Amino acid sequence: MSPEAAYNQAGKNGMAIIETANLTYTYPSVTKPSINDVSIKIEKGEFTLITGPSGCGKTTLCRCFNGLIPHFYQGELKGKLITAGQDVTKSLIYELAKHVGLVFQNPENQLFALSVEKDVAFGLENLGVPRDEMRKRVDEAMKLTGIYDLRERPPHELSGGQQQRVAIASVLAMQPEVIILDEPTSFLDPLSAKKIFEVIDSLNKSLSITVVLVEHRLDLTARYANHIIVMDEGKVVLDGDPREVLRSQEAALIGIGVPKATRLYQLLKKDKINLNNTIPLSSEEMVVELKEAFEHR
Amino acid sequence: MIDAKGLYFTYPNGVEALKGISTIIRDGEFVAIMGQNGAGKTTLVKHFNGLLKPTKGQVIVDGVDAAKVSVATLARNVGFVFQNPDHQLFSETVEQEIAFALRNFGFKEDVIENRVTWALNLLGLTEYRKTSPFMLSGGERKRVALASILAWDPKTLILDEPTIGQDYQQKEKLRQFILQMKTQERTIIMVTHDVEFVAECNPRVLLMREGKIIADGEAKDILTNPGILNSASIVPPQIAQIFLELADQMPSLKLPTTIIDLYEAREAILKIMGSRAE
Repeated sequence: MSPEAAYNQAGKNGMAIIETANLTYTYPSVTKPSINDVSIKIEKGEFTLITGPSGCGKTTLCRCFNGLIPHFYQGELKGKLITAGQDVTKSLIYELAKHVGLVFQNPENQLFALSVEKDVAFGLENLGVPRDEMRKRVDEAMKLTGIYDLRERPPHELSGGQQQRVAIASVLAMQPEVIILDEPTSFLDPLSAKKIFEVIDSLNKSLSITVVLVEHRLDLTARYANHIIVMDEGKVVLDGDPREVLRSQEAALIGIGVPKATRLYQLLKKDKINLNNTIPLSSEEMVVELKEAFEHR
Repeated sequence: MIDAKGLYFTYPNGVEALKGISTIIRDGEFVAIMGQNGAGKTTLVKHFNGLLKPTKGQVIVDGVDAAKVSVATLARNVGFVFQNPDHQLFSETVEQEIAFALRNFGFKEDVIENRVTWALNLLGLTEYRKTSPFMLSGGERKRVALASILAWDPKTLILDEPTIGQDYQQKEKLRQFILQMKTQERTIIMVTHDVEFVAECNPRVLLMREGKIIADGEAKDILTNPGILNSASIVPPQIAQIFLELADQMPSLKLPTTIIDLYEAREAILKIMGSRAE
């Protein structure tokens, strides 16, 4: 059976939308692979956080998911790589773009049109989507990301937060099954960043779009995830439920930025403070646990 | 010492980025400039090494009017590390990148060699000595940009968003490095959005909004003031959020509300629980 047929047959329940097996990739003109023997499964509807030290291969892995690797970057790719039922190595980038959208770290690298709505419509124009359908999808995407009022403004005159929303909207208009975001808020002030994460979270929860988020700052993002993958030196070192992953010794050893609320919980547990056994991922969760502890002291 | 007096700046397109900034930054101080996108943070620090000249007002750097000397002259004492390393990097190898300014300043070749090796080692870049900066990851390129400025050991270091794209370990190294610079009486000015990093470093904070300074004080006082933070589009760090929320929900506990540090937080909670750290 072809991967696509298997994908269609498997239906939409608890199945992998991204799957790699023994995936190894080496950029052209270097000898050391950037990702090495990576086997992961990301299921439909998940909110997956990929994290790890800088240079660990997380951005490279994301470039595989939408076919930029190997089609654009060339280099040597070995192993299995399936996205949305398609063998990425045999699919065309523009075919994959219908299923997988990629939002970059710096929206400046992504926006270029004279108005926000033209930028949002660009991908659809390339696919030859009929005009009415295009209008509908562009309006929807702009409303979902809260930029409808900015639709006639030139993107380069917008603030960083607004630009990043435009970048997300242009990906969203393609109605992809998966959105991959590579540190999408690192240039934004904390409040704008929080609003972007809330937009992403609502796309995941209300539209069931699978989200793959690459982030160092787990303080801001761990609360949204139901799957965390930790990479180090090109390999996957931890993969699973966020609470389990952040609880583990390895997470601390690799030096990933475990949220302060989680670390405070761990310190107090060591001090034999009677907190319940759910490890908190956010300040809100930690407040609930501490309140209980104070009330029963 | 940097002394900004009634500083105004208007960009050629008419945007008024600074509207009357007056502040003094003393030698050996560590200052974080925070505020929302577009508040004027980067515009302000660009006046400290003469990259921008005030529309009105003055900036005096070590007794010299920054508008009246060339950027090249000021740069020897005030190093500026840009937010986007790609605005700064251009050489074929990391080594050449770091050596470039040293050659311009007329250092001898053996000194250059030593300084390059020192800077590469300090920022964990030794293995990339002969690599093109453009082959490196975003976080690594940022460290090359920092290394190239550090190599000439300026008295004042301006870091524009130094933690972007840096992982936790790199941030910790950066923090250690800044503290080390502080003990050598170097002045560090960083523009940043990274509240967790500021909470760990505990510098003096200048909070900006719409071209003005709206708060100036210790990190633990400013980062625990939700009203003023919110007006600058900043969210309190996680530890502060926990204590502010608990103080609000359980006022009878009389919890301290200026805690931003993890270990201080632990002590405060243990005190209330009537137990001590293991």
